[in-house]
Amino acid sequence: MPFENLMGDEAIALGALHAGLSAAFAYPGTPSTEIMEYYLDHAEGGGSGPVVAQWCSNEKTAYEAALGASFAGRRSSVSMKHVGLNVAADPFVNSALLKIKGGLLVVVADDPGMHSSQDEQDSRVFADFARIPCLEPADQQEAYDMAREAFELSERIMAPVLLRVTTRLAHSRAAVETRAPRAQNPVAKVEDRWGWTLMPQAARERWKRALVGYEAVRSEIEAAARVEPGDCDLGVVTTGLGLEYYRENEAELGRRPWRLHVGRYPMPYAALRELASKVSRVLVIEEGYPFVERELRGVLPSAVAIEGKETGQIPLDGELSPDNVRPALGLPPRPGLSRAAGAPELPRRPPQLCPGCPHADSYAFLKEALAGYPSRVVTGDIGCYTLGALPPFEAIETCVDMGASIGMARGAAEAGLVPAVAVIGDSTFYHSGLPNLVDAVSHNSNLTVLILDNSTTGMTGAQPTILPSERLKAVALAVGVGPEHVHLLSAHKGDHGRNVEIMRRELAYEGPSVLISERGCLEAIKKARKA
Amino acid sequence: MKYDIVLCGVGGQGGISVSVLIARAAMDAGLAAKQSEVHGMAQRGGEVLAHLRLADGPIASPTIPRGSASLLLAFEPLEALRYLGWLSPSARIVSASSPVRNIPSYPEIEGVLAELRSVPGSLALDAEALAREAGNPKAANMVLLGAAAAYLPFPPELLARAIELGFARKGEAVVAANLRAFEHGRAANS
Repeated sequence: MPFENLMGDEAIALGALHAGLSAAFAYPGTPSTEIMEYYLDHAEGGGSGPVVAQWCSNEKTAYEAALGASFAGRRSSVSMKHVGLNVAADPFVNSALLKIKGGLLVVVADDPGMHSSQDEQDSRVFADFARIPCLEPADQQEAYDMAREAFELSERIMAPVLLRVTTRLAHSRAAVETRAPRAQNPVAKVEDRWGWTLMPQAARERWKRALVGYEAVRSEIEAAARVEPGDCDLGVVTTGLGLEYYRENEAELGRRPWRLHVGRYPMPYAALRELASKVSRVLVIEEGYPFVERELRGVLPSAVAIEGKETGQIPLDGELSPDNVRPALGLPPRPGLSRAAGAPELPRRPPQLCPGCPHADSYAFLKEALAGYPSRVVTGDIGCYTLGALPPFEAIETCVDMGASIGMARGAAEAGLVPAVAVIGDSTFYHSGLPNLVDAVSHNSNLTVLILDNSTTGMTGAQPTILPSERLKAVALAVGVGPEHVHLLSAHKGDHGRNVEIMRRELAYEGPSVLISERGCLEAIKKARKA
Repeated sequence: MKYDIVLCGVGGQGGISVSVLIARAAMDAGLAAKQSEVHGMAQRGGEVLAHLRLADGPIASPTIPRGSASLLLAFEPLEALRYLGWLSPSARIVSASSPVRNIPSYPEIEGVLAELRSVPGSLALDAEALAREAGNPKAANMVLLGAAAAYLPFPPELLARAIELGFARKGEAVVAANLRAFEHGRAANS
């Protein structure tokens, strides 16, 4: 069969295409972005006809679109980063109760180590919370295979299936063996509306079925799980990439531990008990939260010692690596080269805005306009412009979650801290800043919203903003910001004086105002030129 | 056989594309390859690190264990010093000598280069100058790839072919310019 050299994200996308995917929806977010980019680059499909592939305003709208496509009987997928699942939590958790028709694949890419994120939450916990089965590939081949498997499982058990990967798998490449594509489902809508109308009476019935279904999936996973025999009293449980880090060190182990790899959830209690019956100690190597480890404490007899993150053998935060699992396996650190003793410490090189970035000009006029206000707050948001927290700008004071800048500036202003400025990008504004602006208009809150409009989602590699820039002003006007308090600014050095003046005027105005600072992202321009 | 390569530099220097070219050539030589990249915020002018693992059998971890890399390919000299811990005692280092001074506290370059050159098996070369000489000032990464070619576990001709295929979309002139830079790099370390 043919091989392709694929990133984990791409392997998932190709697996989904080969499984007969009809529609895919997403909002960009590292490390999940490349899944949708692969669909967009292969919109002719994977051999089973063209697919719909669309960026959406946010993860919630993307999830809901995927639900609709599933309702229409077609295989659909939604992909996002881990924190995106928080935004989509409402449809995600409720979708566990639906009688899924067309297979629904929910792909979530977690970012332990926070390479490009605000937290390192573990989506396996979320899947279990919703009672949605979860598949966790260990390598690129499994990423491809499990994407296909997820659709089969989803249609068979009539529930969504979550596929969880972490950064190193999402963003590493290896050869993947592919299989013949399957035809897409025809449009054939759900006939039983009570499987999809979660009014209390129907929802109670659906929840009972979901709970039973979840345990039925556990039984299937238990039946397929295999404990590999060892020759000592240590048992090693691995999940996801933990398997690869274990294998990297396996050859150096003197004795062979008993082994169980968990790649599917709900986790196989029976197999875990079988493993524990052979050993006195069980070590869990999993990336993310101590999810298996913690649950094991309630599953295994108390005579068996359970080791892992909560007991300190493996770090509780950050990523796993081939090196940080070694102490837990009783192996010494590997010797490497090192710098001479006393060599001066190397300065770190934090990420920074590109030379000539329009955000730099926006921060310049923002800072000048604010000078002279001893008390003030500038809330920030999520995007390249979050780098405005660092020198030389040091212009923003917060970065919490998508869209929070406007809500937080509003709350601070209502609490008496003024002037309050919210700095937000155009894509983040549409993602979830907009409802906060509606609140600000409703309560006539005293804040100034500075939208850095570079016409793109820059941080994740310049995906198009959901609506073109020209509409932004109309959107602010449409929700009711006073026309004299909506301004288009040009983020150029030459317009600095004018921008400062307008900003000062709006800082003094005691109501909501919106300044749209426009200039295209240089990366996006470069990318467009290359294409 | 296994051959692990650490590639490092500053965002925007083209390190990831070099990793892709080496992987393609290695796979043409019948080797397995696993590449780990960094995306997102880290790409914006910050430290960029990629791991490339080659072997004639299965490769487990997507990242390289400490102390086991055979080659460090650095597109910036200060960045090279950060990753010595990943190198085996017999590793080779091929690094660009010109600094990217986009931080206020960048140390004296002479000291950085002296430290780098004191590591056995290291080579620091003015890749930018060689790229200019080859007529393609943007191809410093191809010069470094050329300089490292002799150490890689497959014939350099496979790299040349990977360059041809990798740049084919951009036209013959771009292919030729990159090949020239690659050959300049090879000559600089022969």
